[in-house]
Amino acid sequence: MTDENAGYDEWLDAIDDGEGYFYVCPEGHGSLPPRRVCPDCGSPELERTPLSETGTVETFTVCYVAAPDFADEEPYATAIADFGDVRLTGVVRGIDPEDVSVGMTVEPAVGTNETTGDDLLALRTR
Amino acid sequence: MTGVRVAGVGLTQFGRQPERTGRDLFAEAALAAREDAGISGDDIEEINYGNFMGALAERQGHQAPLMAKMVGVNCPATRYEEACASAGVAVREAVRTVRSGEADVVLAGGCERMTNLSTADVTEGLATAADDLFEIRAGITFPSAYALMARAYFERFGGSREDLAHVAMKNHDNALPNEYAQFHREITVEEALDAPMVADPLGLLDACPVTDGASAVVFVSDEYAAANDLEAPVSVTGSGQGGDNLALQAREQLAVTPATERAASEAYADAGRDPADVDLVEVHDCFTIAEVLAIEGLGFYEPGEGVGAARRGETTASGDRPVNLSGGLKAKGHPVGATGGSQIAEMTRLLRGDHPNSEHVPDATVGVTHNAGGTVASAVVHVLEVDR
Ligand SMILES: [Zn+2]
Repeated sequence: MTDENAGYDEWLDAIDDGEGYFYVCPEGHGSLPPRRVCPDCGSPELERTPLSETGTVETFTVCYVAAPDFADEEPYATAIADFGDVRLTGVVRGIDPEDVSVGMTVEPAVGTNETTGDDLLALRTR
Repeated sequence: MTGVRVAGVGLTQFGRQPERTGRDLFAEAALAAREDAGISGDDIEEINYGNFMGALAERQGHQAPLMAKMVGVNCPATRYEEACASAGVAVREAVRTVRSGEADVVLAGGCERMTNLSTADVTEGLATAADDLFEIRAGITFPSAYALMARAYFERFGGSREDLAHVAMKNHDNALPNEYAQFHREITVEEALDAPMVADPLGLLDACPVTDGASAVVFVSDEYAAANDLEAPVSVTGSGQGGDNLALQAREQLAVTPATERAASEAYADAGRDPADVDLVEVHDCFTIAEVLAIEGLGFYEPGEGVGAARRGETTASGDRPVNLSGGLKAKGHPVGATGGSQIAEMTRLLRGDHPNSEHVPDATVGVTHNAGGTVASAVVHVLEVDR
């Protein structure tokens, strides 16, 4: 199985380069690639829009029982952060997992999965 | 359009039985349902079979025709997959098929074999119900996804881990007399709060167990029931299904479940009922917080009010509207692809009066079942009513 995912990979690379983006439709619905139409209203007019440099943690969890792909990370914090028109889900980096809190400011980044060596979306504390 | 009746139900023991094949589990449940219905196997026109992770657990795809032959019938059989709501959609399609007049007798249910896998492999298998690109790669597991929703709920509406512990305690109490349940063990609020953390804020006793088991239900038309003199007092009067974004991050709100609301409003309208008419409920409590989200989404509580319902005694066996008298997924067990059928089987037994917990609801006439997939990216709701 190839682990290449066209659309998603380019998006993750863009985040790594500090040029993250999302799509927005004429009605203002945000979405993430790969995407041909707006998931909310079906509009094909998706405009590539710069992702805010920082987001706010809306909710998080500290996971103590990982799937095999995260076995070396336990415990680790996964958070959903609000970036305005879209939210991102990522592994929180740069802080002890048990110190993560709702309302924290984070920035999107590309980190490394310590178990598999793969890239992952990280939410880095400032 | 004909009415649809539950002619018979069948269940296996829910629990750890890692040596049993999925095919044997489903055969036991389906043959029990056929016997309960008192019908000939030749009369079964279709089998709708729910299963989620058989390809991972047993290296077995293409399970439905295998199951038909295990039940000894020659009819079309189709597998339905909607994560934890697999049997719910299998049931819904059976109801629609009988209603439309396309068939008089359809057997629906499901099966999951899980405990033959290691905890890590089960965790990985269950996580595939989430969005691979945007969730699994960020370390989301089934418990951690619900933990994200639980914290979002607490932040928005309040409530506490202690409120959730009351849900766990209630469902363990309800499972005590249920012969099919995985757990026959009372727990206290303190035990639930002190259990090891799985995904903060959810601990081990907030989570349903890993379970092997199967369920089956025989649905028949009113005409077939009358012509064959069947004793089938329970009818399915409403059915609804709703969907949502697979990834939590793409939902408008993280602490409400619109898929449940959509499924419920369709099912209530279909049955000509509203939440106030409902006497008892079986909901998808894969985690304690999931029961809270469900009873709010089904319209029994305003958002934010459901979290205290178990603590206040409103949803206990002696409460105004008991929730999960079977023990729920939490204590009866959650063989993923079987759960939606198990809920129909338990609700039928509760309404017919032959469930050990029927004594708590002797006058009940309207029951609702709620089966959810993933983090409620899909939801199926049914309304069942008994002739009194
Ligand atoms: Zn749109």
